[in-house]
Amino acid sequence: MWQRLRPYVMIAPAVCIFLLFFIYPIFYMMYLSFFDWNFVSPDKDFVGVSNFTTLAGDEEFRQVFRNSLIYMAAVVALTISLSLLLALWLNQKARIYGFVQGAVFSPHIISLVSVALLWMWLMDTDHGLLNWVLGLFGLPKVDWLTSPDMALWSLILVAVWKGLGFNALVFIAGLQSIPPDMYEAAALDESGPVRTFFKITLPMLSPTLFFLTVINMIGSFQVFESISIMTQGGPINSTNTLVYYIYEYGFRFFKIGYASAAGVILLVMLAILTIAYFKLMERKVHYR
Amino acid sequence: MKALRWFGKSANVVALMIVVAIFALPFFWMLSTSVKSLGETITFPPTILPETWMWENFGQAWNSGPFLQYIINSTIVAVGILILQFLTIVPAAYAFARYKFRGNAFFFGLTMVTLMIPTQLIFLPVYLQMSAFGILDTVWALILPFGSSAFGIFLLRQSFKQVPEELLEAARLDQASEWKIIWRIMLPMAKPVLITFALFSFITHWNDYFWPLVMTTTENARTLPLGIAKLREVEGGVAWNVLMAGNVMLVAPILVIFFFAQRHIIKAFVYTGVK
Repeated sequence: MWQRLRPYVMIAPAVCIFLLFFIYPIFYMMYLSFFDWNFVSPDKDFVGVSNFTTLAGDEEFRQVFRNSLIYMAAVVALTISLSLLLALWLNQKARIYGFVQGAVFSPHIISLVSVALLWMWLMDTDHGLLNWVLGLFGLPKVDWLTSPDMALWSLILVAVWKGLGFNALVFIAGLQSIPPDMYEAAALDESGPVRTFFKITLPMLSPTLFFLTVINMIGSFQVFESISIMTQGGPINSTNTLVYYIYEYGFRFFKIGYASAAGVILLVMLAILTIAYFKLMERKVHYR
Repeated sequence: MKALRWFGKSANVVALMIVVAIFALPFFWMLSTSVKSLGETITFPPTILPETWMWENFGQAWNSGPFLQYIINSTIVAVGILILQFLTIVPAAYAFARYKFRGNAFFFGLTMVTLMIPTQLIFLPVYLQMSAFGILDTVWALILPFGSSAFGIFLLRQSFKQVPEELLEAARLDQASEWKIIWRIMLPMAKPVLITFALFSFITHWNDYFWPLVMTTTENARTLPLGIAKLREVEGGVAWNVLMAGNVMLVAPILVIFFFAQRHIIKAFVYTGVK
């Protein structure tokens, strides 16, 4: 009897935590998205899909959605391309490369709070180091965080700076798993470096490339700290994104149903990305 | 030809140093600002090293809030999570790796699904849940949701699977209990994985800002990142020198750990990526 029960007892603590704090909240959020509720009042009003139709028609939310997409696309494109270049360059044995890898990686383990505070200081319009450096080259000051056209790009810059090292190291791990005899064969065929890159390196790296693209996309949709600390969604809503929007509607305006509906939209985006990733990986494995 | 190669090599080294500067210079600037006077932070052109070293900025940052409380809370949360995770992931990983039972695949799948659910998605329903449990604004609200780790179970299960079955058979012939097998055979062999996971978990939760921010309302359970972030909300403009002094207090422990355990830490984080 005990022999049969034992495995269940052993997985029970972990599974209970997952059910209680991850799985159940997902369904509870979906349920709440059909209600109008301010958290304080004892009863929730069932409003059907009206939270969703309101969201769809709300210009502020549409901008938030747009901001999220721009942020995601820019962070992913910049991080992936720059970290791939960096990985190709830094994937060498000599000691100095290891040192540079360590330096580039270091922001990844630093709290986002520290990174956000640090860049807030660097990006200060009047006394920040960045504008001073621009001044050395005779360039005008940039309103990094205070101009609606620039602020989102400043946050993108910070995210790329923080994520570059991690992505480069994952790429390096991918590069090192490519069997060296493939390069030897290419060398025998007198294939040039560009041709070798596109015919061997890139195809062999494609699982890593897919993986990094998807986790960067998923990660970008969760951006919160830098917004909360550096811009609070402003100026004029230009840096407001999904998670920050849900946070504000939940904790500042106490519109729980409305915030939950925005949460369901975020859930759908994340689910699409995850499923697409697994489908792509499946196909990949199939062809091999 | 030789000269050209020498030039290429030096250009490469210069380029490498520029890359290092892009990542190290902001940290240097944080350190330098943290020991300047307020007046010196806004002088033009900026001074690289402070003219007068204002060590008292650190005292000022420390005295601006209950920082001892923050550090105690941060430690309780990060260490508490680690202990709880250890207690829940070891038996679960062993069961998933070594026992055939009905629902093994199902429960393992369920575990893996939680990897895809970020806390930034579910904080609102969990907040309401914590409120119903009456543990909002306590360290429990910061510890319990992370009391297990799907990622940890995944890593440990891989490692447990690699232990040859003959070894376990021999141990069972010697009347060793399952408990003893885990403690004496499985865990020692999984030591590198455990260290990797512990570093990853500790750093992640020590650094976390989002979860403590949404789950706490008073200083009771607030952690260090929240305390530091609050330094920017002073009246009459930010005192950058004091803010950066606070920031140094937050960054320094992690950078010191990184300096000594660089290999392990990079492995820990890149592992979580490569999975």
